[in-house]
Amino acid sequence: MSEDTVLSKAPLPSESGVEALRVNGISKRFGPVTALRDINLQVRTGEVLGLLGDNGAGKSTLIKIITGFHRPDTGTIRLGGEEVTLRSVAHARSLGVETVYQDLALVDELPVYLNFFLNKELTVGPFLRHGEMKRRAAEALAEVGINIPSVSAEVRALSGGQRQAIAVARAVNSAAKVLLLDEPLAAMGAREGGQILRLIDRLRERGDLAVILIAHNYSQVMDVCDRVNLLQHGEITFDRPSAETSVAELLELVHAEYRAA
Amino acid sequence: MATQTVQPETQQRSATGGGFTRALLRRRELSIVLVTIAAFLYFSLGSYGSAFNTSNNYHIIMQYFAPWAIIGAGETMLLICGEIDLSAGFTFTFVPFVFMSFYNTGLNVPASLVLAILVAMGIGLINGLIRTWFNLSSFITTLGMGFFLEGMTYIQSNAEPAKPPITGTLGNLLGGWQWSELVWALLIIIVMQVALSYTKYGVYAQAAGGNPLSAAESGIKVNWVKVSTFMLTSLFAGLAGLVDQIRVGSFDPTSGGSNMMFLAVASSVIGGTALLGGSGTVVGALFGAVLLGIIENGFTLTGVNAYAFDVVIGVAVVAAMLLNVYISSLRRRYLR
Repeated sequence: MSEDTVLSKAPLPSESGVEALRVNGISKRFGPVTALRDINLQVRTGEVLGLLGDNGAGKSTLIKIITGFHRPDTGTIRLGGEEVTLRSVAHARSLGVETVYQDLALVDELPVYLNFFLNKELTVGPFLRHGEMKRRAAEALAEVGINIPSVSAEVRALSGGQRQAIAVARAVNSAAKVLLLDEPLAAMGAREGGQILRLIDRLRERGDLAVILIAHNYSQVMDVCDRVNLLQHGEITFDRPSAETSVAELLELVHAEYRAA
Repeated sequence: MATQTVQPETQQRSATGGGFTRALLRRRELSIVLVTIAAFLYFSLGSYGSAFNTSNNYHIIMQYFAPWAIIGAGETMLLICGEIDLSAGFTFTFVPFVFMSFYNTGLNVPASLVLAILVAMGIGLINGLIRTWFNLSSFITTLGMGFFLEGMTYIQSNAEPAKPPITGTLGNLLGGWQWSELVWALLIIIVMQVALSYTKYGVYAQAAGGNPLSAAESGIKVNWVKVSTFMLTSLFAGLAGLVDQIRVGSFDPTSGGSNMMFLAVASSVIGGTALLGGSGTVVGALFGAVLLGIIENGFTLTGVNAYAFDVVIGVAVVAAMLLNVYISSLRRRYLR
């Protein structure tokens, strides 16, 4: 990766920002399997939290609880300081919890701007306001620093990084307060991954959003996260500002797990 | 680090051939419009031009393409949704006899018409519900419906034609006036193209056919979009059956059928709508139908064997499909 992907660390917003999401004592069992055990996790507005963990560590279950898909067996969830019971994904979304999954939920055949406004189209009477949607989509994409030659281009013509960026920008634009990014770098080369990392950095600079970045590649996320949580066997075993840890230390923790297994 | 706004890999790669090439790529129906104009000029300026260029002959061409275009408008929307209706041609034949059944019970013409149209939409409703509730492919669902309707048509008609009892202004509107079928075709094509390009329904149809999972994740009611499109298609097929056969002056149990359905689907495909769902053009279906009408009429005038028409359709459908695939790959490469 080139020099410009080494990002400047923000001045530790974990000390200053408002609490956006706090998860306290969450546990979840599926039959005999304990997926999560007494999870405590918090993220502040303006902060990027890296949630790391091996496959099977419980990341998906934790995401699905925060997005309202699963109900936890025990524990509480607070959004913006208020305790909430998330009844459904739609309910969580209405409270400002947005998720960008790996499949991105884009329609290849539709142009960028119609994907951006999918099921939230702007209309006058029964008719679509194509011009206004194009203008606003271009504005919103420019604001997060995405450069797409034309918002009228079909999504299938775009690169993986551009597609990811559109999905992220769409989620941000729908009044998100907590944004979960599920493995945004999984299927991406170094250069496209760099674009996404820069995009996440710009989201932090906006300062109105808490981002949880789910990943299993540590070296990529260390650059962009303010703080790192490590999830192992359903428990958070590590919580530290990324400035106070290193890729080497995280790798050592995981290697120790493999040796013990 | 300063924010970079221009990244080299996202700079525009424009089509090299200038405005016309771009337009050709962007408007998927443009190629078929050009081919249709070429076919028209070929027969119009050829040695049989004096027979071709009469209003009487234009009317004969209209008789061919109008029902294909009307049903094709529905089939196009279904193909965009990722579905197909193989029963539309049988709905075309069936609905006039549904009208006759109501009329023969003593109901007046308008009431019988309304009920017949409701039955037409009911056929689409059943197609759509079987498709979505049981997740049965529309190919199978509507194949079964087609056979069912063909049998019902013969039962209701005793396999005998009936004289339409619809006269006066209503009769003129519904096919009695010689160009009314053309007006219906143009009206339906325009309304559906506007619905596709300028309403939420059009976006939902494209999303439902392009990526049903993404559409559902965005909160679009994919099944509802598909069911309503099945209903529209049956409505158009029933209406085409009434208008076309009122024009002829006879409800004929041997009219329509699979041939009508195949020509409507062929019109959509030749017009530039892919079978894969997600995109298409209603106006293209009109031009696809007009092209097939001109070719059939032109062959008749020039004395080409009528069987050759089917050969041409076969080649045209496959060629149009190949052209579609080629153009969309060009579009992907140059319109970024």
